[in-house]
Amino acid sequence: MSSAKNRRDFLKSTAAAGAVVSASGANLFAAAGNETIKVGLIGCGGRGTGAVRNLLDAEAKINGANAKVEIVAVADVFKSQAENAAKSFKSDNVKSPFKKYAAQIKVTPETTFDGLDAYQKLLNAGVDLVILATPPGFRPTHLEAAVKAGKHIFCEKPVAVDATGIRKCYEMVEESKKKNIAIVAGTQRRHQKGYIETIKKLQDGAIGDIVATRCAWNGNGIWFHGRAKDEADAHYQIRNWYHFLWMSGDHIVEQHVHNLDVINWIMNDHPIKAIGMGGRSAGNESRPAGDPNQVGNIWDHYAVEFEYKNGVKMYSYCRHIPGDNDVSESVVGTKGKCRVSNYVINNEQVATDDIDAYVQEHIDLLNSIRASKPLNELKNVTDSTFTAILGRNASYACRTLKWDDALKANDDTMPKNLTLEAALKVNGAPTPGAWRLPPAVG
Amino acid sequence: MSRRFTYSLFLCVAFPVAAISLTPAEKLDAPPAATKLERKNFTQKVESYKVLTDANTKEVTKAVLKGQFEMVFIPGGDVTVGSPEGQAGRLPNEGPRYKAKVGNFWMQKVEITWNDWDIFWYDEAFLKADHKDAAKLGADAVTRPTNTFLDETYDHGRDGHPALSMTHHAAMVYCEWLRKKTGRLYRLPTEAEWEYAARAGKGDTAYFFGNDPKDLGEYAWFVENSKDDDFPEKPKGCTHKVGSKKPNPFGVHDLYGNVWEWTLDQYDPKSYEKRAKNALNLNPVSVPTADKWAHVVRGGSWADKPEKLRSASRRVSEESWQKHDPQEPRSIWWLTKMDVVGFRVVLAEEEQPDLAAMKPKVVKKSE
Repeated sequence: MSSAKNRRDFLKSTAAAGAVVSASGANLFAAAGNETIKVGLIGCGGRGTGAVRNLLDAEAKINGANAKVEIVAVADVFKSQAENAAKSFKSDNVKSPFKKYAAQIKVTPETTFDGLDAYQKLLNAGVDLVILATPPGFRPTHLEAAVKAGKHIFCEKPVAVDATGIRKCYEMVEESKKKNIAIVAGTQRRHQKGYIETIKKLQDGAIGDIVATRCAWNGNGIWFHGRAKDEADAHYQIRNWYHFLWMSGDHIVEQHVHNLDVINWIMNDHPIKAIGMGGRSAGNESRPAGDPNQVGNIWDHYAVEFEYKNGVKMYSYCRHIPGDNDVSESVVGTKGKCRVSNYVINNEQVATDDIDAYVQEHIDLLNSIRASKPLNELKNVTDSTFTAILGRNASYACRTLKWDDALKANDDTMPKNLTLEAALKVNGAPTPGAWRLPPAVG
Repeated sequence: MSRRFTYSLFLCVAFPVAAISLTPAEKLDAPPAATKLERKNFTQKVESYKVLTDANTKEVTKAVLKGQFEMVFIPGGDVTVGSPEGQAGRLPNEGPRYKAKVGNFWMQKVEITWNDWDIFWYDEAFLKADHKDAAKLGADAVTRPTNTFLDETYDHGRDGHPALSMTHHAAMVYCEWLRKKTGRLYRLPTEAEWEYAARAGKGDTAYFFGNDPKDLGEYAWFVENSKDDDFPEKPKGCTHKVGSKKPNPFGVHDLYGNVWEWTLDQYDPKSYEKRAKNALNLNPVSVPTADKWAHVVRGGSWADKPEKLRSASRRVSEESWQKHDPQEPRSIWWLTKMDVVGFRVVLAEEEQPDLAAMKPKVVKKSE
């Protein structure tokens, strides 16, 4: 973040935040030490609800029967979704995974929020920690609001879908550190024992100097939520969010970011440039053919070559078309090779897992808050999210893009004056080669 | 190594959209009339199609998926289910033992492969479970498994390798789909049928060939031999193509090892105690309910030690098999990362009425 404009924005936002933190700073201190941590969920889909389960499981592992975590509020754009989450947390069914945590569920009708501004209402509802699990397009706005309100954050990946959102996230890196806010990201491999041990060995030289890296998320595809009769554009695009660029950032950003993050972690850096190719080829169940306003506008395959500043390449592939699948990371060094995702170095098993990483990341988050040594992963996840955006944009453009140029671009996909009932026509999936990097901001 | 199935994908000539019926499964409720089977092995052919649309021309193509698998005739008889106390490697859940009589049945010669599975998974005559219209179908309509988040093979082979990591419910729905496709009452084997087939009339020994596991490698892929040079990234071992080891005396392959196999019964240890009090139990079964847990898998896998491959070895499914599923509620179709569980199907010569009428019942809210 070197441009004068960005510095100005940064100073402005810091000043504004200063006012907020003095009002809500008490929450932050309340969360440390032996006090109960009050949690709010923003984004009540399957992942957000799953993250609450993981968080409660994590606290049970830390404090057993003396749990000091409470779920106090939920927020979602859609009323039914928020209410369903509240209902499932309070389920009386003996088979519900939340039943054993009934004493920790404090969500009331008054703290069940819906609408596009629900996140703001939740931030004002006396929470110490928020889980951000909405579609990624909203994330920069939610992150900024949560940091400014002085809340600890569990933040799902990716953290943005365009350069404008990324710049906001980088600003929040600085601001959150100043405020001692904990931010753990949903790149859970960073909390997975097998990955941690394997990557430590690589960084200690187990295969010599790394000369090439490869990663992939090749799968059959994802769910597709068909449009309801008379459903407004914006409503539909948010509900079927994966298939719309401004909501998901495309599958390279939404999903493959996990693998790109692992290679960045190993390289302890992010790439400086990328060239790629891809497209939307298949008229199939997970990418139907037709009017983009009905079927969405994301691609279904990418092959991207990234380069780090030491000249090492990362070959990246992702696909949403049925076939032979592959979700993995591999690296080659001067003294051998490693299938990182299998914890295999030179064909030997070097590590195994223990606790599920989706729970471990919340254990690490809670422990760091209580020890007043807040983990802050926002820089890493922002780097990896922008790695994915860089690869995507280079593929859309069929041109080599440099990190610094792409980061400055006035690339902003969030619709203006968004309402749930808004008419919002979208373009078709980008034609390879026709897309151009917007000019730099400022 | 012999390939015991054929699989092919035919691209038919393109034809107009209107010519392809995308009507959901309800219309297929009257299955084809199945011919009466003789008491010998037979080959079951299966066919489905998926629809592909050219993104530019909007031309629609129907891709036909064809496959077949062999069913081995197994004459019914008596079996003692469970292991005698003192058998090496025995766990307490292998008792109490009970005597069962099972009728004649056919058992799939090998485990269901990904090739078999894909004919079901991509069959667009049926809706995907997360399709917007699926909720409007009747509770017992066949819908297809959702896509997996991760690579569903977990780096094991795909072509000719056993399908794995599906839930008991998904295996049940596969059978229901097969019923609709063929008009035959395919289903998972009961525990008694599975153990009868595994023991192959050879009595109470740990394996059909005796108590000593030294010959196990001739019949089974397990932890001591499942490492494969073609899969250097799987140093702890992996699945192998089905039917690539010797068959058992009934002519069935891979009952021991490769993948654990789902059995039909809802797990109910009390039912074993009740049956133990009877002199003989005719076709015993605990009909599966709407409960997601628990069921029994049998036979051990590529990752297991010899004692887990014994004819009586039981492993009971539990919620922790889904701890790597990041969604809530968790999937009713997939056991994320549980790359040791698969299944095969059977067909009874004379089906019990309650099993003939049985439907998969697990819904999203089941835990």
